Amino acid sequence: MAAAVAFSVYAALFFGSYPLPAEAIHQAIAAMLQGQAESQELVIVRDIRLGRILLSFLTGAALAVSGGVFQGLLRNPLADPFTLGISSGAACGAALSLGLGWTLAGFSTLPLAALGGAFAAMALVLTMSRLAGDFSRESLVLGGIVVSTFLGAGIALIKSLNEESVAAIVFWIMGSFQGRGFEHVGLMLPYMLVGGTVVLLLARELDILGLGAEQAAQVGVSVGRARIGLLVGAGMLTAAAVSVSGIIGFVGLVVPHLVRMLIGPDSRPLLLFSALGGGILLLWSDVLARTILSHGAELPVGVVTALFGGPFFCLIMAKGRKA
Amino acid sequence: MSVPMIEIHDLTAGYKDSPVLRDINLTVSEGEFTGILGPNGSGKTTLIRALSGVLPVVSGMIRIAGHDIRGLSPKVRARHCATVAQKNPGLSGVRALSLVLMGRYPHVSFLGGYSDQDHQRAQEAMKETNSLHLRQRGAGTLSGGELQRVITAKALAQDTRLLLLDEAASNLDVARTLDLYELLRARNASNLTVLTVAHDLNLAALYCRRLVFLKNGSVAADGPTDEIFTSQILSEIYETPLAVAAHPLTGAPQAYLVPRA
Repeated sequence: MAAAVAFSVYAALFFGSYPLPAEAIHQAIAAMLQGQAESQELVIVRDIRLGRILLSFLTGAALAVSGGVFQGLLRNPLADPFTLGISSGAACGAALSLGLGWTLAGFSTLPLAALGGAFAAMALVLTMSRLAGDFSRESLVLGGIVVSTFLGAGIALIKSLNEESVAAIVFWIMGSFQGRGFEHVGLMLPYMLVGGTVVLLLARELDILGLGAEQAAQVGVSVGRARIGLLVGAGMLTAAAVSVSGIIGFVGLVVPHLVRMLIGPDSRPLLLFSALGGGILLLWSDVLARTILSHGAELPVGVVTALFGGPFFCLIMAKGRKA
Repeated sequence: MSVPMIEIHDLTAGYKDSPVLRDINLTVSEGEFTGILGPNGSGKTTLIRALSGVLPVVSGMIRIAGHDIRGLSPKVRARHCATVAQKNPGLSGVRALSLVLMGRYPHVSFLGGYSDQDHQRAQEAMKETNSLHLRQRGAGTLSGGELQRVITAKALAQDTRLLLLDEAASNLDVARTLDLYELLRARNASNLTVLTVAHDLNLAALYCRRLVFLKNGSVAADGPTDEIFTSQILSEIYETPLAVAAHPLTGAPQAYLVPRA
């Protein structure tokens, strides 16, 4: 798996709108490793391609892990940051921060605003679901649809008022890594590390919560504390991903399902392998998104993940029903 | 005198605005084997839930091994007291061994994983409940009886001095029911305090040395099995005539239904 990650990062360097021969890429990699003088090839390979590759990998990892946590915590196979409307909440917070140009002591408030939006959306969906019943599959997803549709409109409104073009709005709502790189890795990484650490430390509690709240408490889990920790951690992961890429669906839904089918439901390996799998999936989806159209035009990467993820998810559901 | 394992003082507990248990007073010493009996809706399950700490105490006090249950963290509480619940968990994909390992949770530190010793204790508990051969099976593929044995192993792996059971034999056939109660008796002989809710009067009379009858949320009768398992008390509590006679082999009192003429 680690080898697959390394290979993916390396291989993805060869794809881009500016044609570079393999030789030039290898020279640039060598130059990067040896700290040689700047060249045009080096800048393209390092600053444009490598930064974006790493960003797409980290974003995919964050989305897949948070999806795995939501599915386990809500005991709901349809839960993920996208279907629960949490991605939309984060995107709405991020759009607000961008639109109003908030800064805090010179730092970008983007991830913080995304975090606030994610938590607000999470609270809204969970409250709606609780009012409608007991966190049932249907009420959670319905709440998620309502919240994400509403917030999607909110994002479009904020962006329009800010005189951005419709194209930019689409790229935000469908998710994209266009023009993004190391700077954004630095922006999202702290939140991702904190959120990821929190959910991995609570992986054992996540397993035991599968027994139901009462039996989990009887073997000694502090149910309320564990649930809040997991929700906050998964929310941070979602916010980290969305604040640099916009809303990308299906990664958080499909990847944990696939990993669960392959290695079983124990949370710690499930989350770790989901991170690697989600990273690889989004990395290659982004390669496709930036190379599939001719003339250097790009697709939003969310279009790619939805086009592949939708039918794939139908397959999983059909297969799961038979088994 | 040593500290009682369970002390309940003037306990009121239950659900919002409708207490199920009222003014319960009960003391259970270490090493007792006690059955909780009573008609449907008398509060047996509620008592187990209150004792295991998942149902808040409305008024009164529960002490486990001398500690007020409200002051114990869930983890510390789970080191004192294990519970076999009535409802099976809905986990389907999880392996049986992983399920039993969950019983080791109160003994594992926040950062540490399950140690070799935890694995060893889990496997020993599975051996005791005759479920070790099921350890790699997914919980969803087990029969009701098999799952019940795995759940019982989880509670034994918790290594507590007090074990609470709520209708643990309800999914088991006759042979497995006896297996379970023999296991409880053996564990009780090595000083495990057992408090079990039972539906089956005769099974309780065969194994429990003390019986507590609940009715309408209060203790209706409490005492050594031989003294209170009488036709008069049973008929009164269950509001139906019941005859009692000695078991032909063990001499334990056994109840017989009397057809309504």
